[in-house]
Amino acid sequence: MKTALGRIYLTLVLIFLYAPIATLMILSFNSSKSRAHWGGFTLDWYLGLFSNEEIMDAFRTTIFLAFLSALIATVLGTAACTGMQFMKRRDRSIIMGITNIPMLNADIVTGVSLMLLFLAARVSMGFTTVLFSHITFNIPYVILSVMPRYRELNRSTYEAALDLGAEPLYAFFTVVLPDLMGAILSGFLMSFTMSLDDFIITHFTQGPGFDTLSTKIYSEVKKGINPEIYALSTIMFLVVLLLLFFVNYKPWVKKPAGKIIVTTKTQVVVTSGKGGS
Amino acid sequence: MNNRNNRFLAAPYLIWSAGFIIIPLVMVLYYAFTDFNGSFTVSNVTAIISYVNIKALMLSIAFSLAATFMCLIIAYPLCLILTTVIKNSSSFLSLIFILPMWMNSLLRTYAWQNILERKGVINGILAFLNLPLFYIINKPPAILLGMIYDFLPFMVLPVYNSVSRIDKDLLNAARDLGADPFETFLRVIWPLSLPGVISGITMVFVPSLTTFVISDILGGGKILLIGNVIEQLFTQDSDWNAGAGLSAILMVFIVISMFITAKYDREDIK
Repeated sequence: MKTALGRIYLTLVLIFLYAPIATLMILSFNSSKSRAHWGGFTLDWYLGLFSNEEIMDAFRTTIFLAFLSALIATVLGTAACTGMQFMKRRDRSIIMGITNIPMLNADIVTGVSLMLLFLAARVSMGFTTVLFSHITFNIPYVILSVMPRYRELNRSTYEAALDLGAEPLYAFFTVVLPDLMGAILSGFLMSFTMSLDDFIITHFTQGPGFDTLSTKIYSEVKKGINPEIYALSTIMFLVVLLLLFFVNYKPWVKKPAGKIIVTTKTQVVVTSGKGGS
Repeated sequence: MNNRNNRFLAAPYLIWSAGFIIIPLVMVLYYAFTDFNGSFTVSNVTAIISYVNIKALMLSIAFSLAATFMCLIIAYPLCLILTTVIKNSSSFLSLIFILPMWMNSLLRTYAWQNILERKGVINGILAFLNLPLFYIINKPPAILLGMIYDFLPFMVLPVYNSVSRIDKDLLNAARDLGADPFETFLRVIWPLSLPGVISGITMVFVPSLTTFVISDILGGGKILLIGNVIEQLFTQDSDWNAGAGLSAILMVFIVISMFITAKYDREDIK
């Protein structure tokens, strides 16, 4: 009885979470351009999508931006974590405190503050300013993913490698890095997702003529969104669904706890809290 | 691992965070306390007490308190159920909450227009069942719903984390010692889950206090939250000093919630 009630509750929450997604997917097949009524089934939006240069441009920008910012953030973040292993505890906790700022700060304040920085530096806003902003909010995800793993690491293997005559760099790449790989990858994926989904910070640091999918959607909200965007989102969603399904059977993406990576601010903050800083 | 020079590996990040985290926040404060000519003023910050601004701020606080409360009410039973009903619940949980994130969040929020509007999905179902229709689109309840929808994961994940770490033996012990389920909850489960609850509260409160997107999309542009005021000052009026002044006010709220989080994080470690 209790279990049945529990399952009903779970189902209700699931419906709440997925109702908008189902709606968008259905609309991507709606032949009426108005979203208010159903005009019959069509694949036109899917076919038209690939010749819509504006949307495809925004899509490519979004993916490239997410990839590049996540990559740079992963390199900087992993290097920072490695450097912090050689620091005094106090210095380390100061850096972790700074790392927490973008995580806990409101996006609008982060966005506005970066906008003011770029304005004061008289940099013209565009891809570069958005890239720098995304790297900035991505690094904490990498650090908060990699730091706890460093704490669990067995240091004697690295020292053993040195004793056996390995160069420090060689020892790092052959002994330490493989152990960190899962955490690094999860930090990268988190960054990628956060960058992909960001609107607010991009909104304040973008220049004219620059669009990601998010900013494009925002500018279309008032006049009505082109259903080709629903089609694109449906494709992206299904691709990720397939990937997740696929990845779940790959042992190398497992986190220490054996669960898949959770990509929201909270999870990372919680992880960091657990590890301590 | 005693080569102290290796610590310079953190240098690029330190420079980065000084340049792109610390300095920008100092800039907000600088703009907040100067006027257009760069001379000192407090008028940007005291502008919060003007009728429009204080109304927007109060409305935002009311919305975010309501959204935070609702998220907690929805999330807590969910986490309790997940830990007891579902096997391997942590990966199930991550799956159901990660997946939606891969559909653009603006788009998902926008989809609620479809569900809620006059001829929308819900009213379609209600009409089919001959039940009275209801209109909440472009009204406060729609904004509240959007906040709950967007920020629910921020509550669920930390609460789940602390609830799932409660030792089952403690619950059994409580029962053996004669506590009824309600007492067990009140005196064992709730106190032990408190760090997660506090963390969840701050994680939901800050984004709902500062959002301008949800009120834009689901409020029909008629309801101004403090986030909308700031956004318009920056992008439409280009009045950066005034915008920075109000952002500085928001930073006060954020700093308070950071302190609360930090305090509970530390207690969590002990």
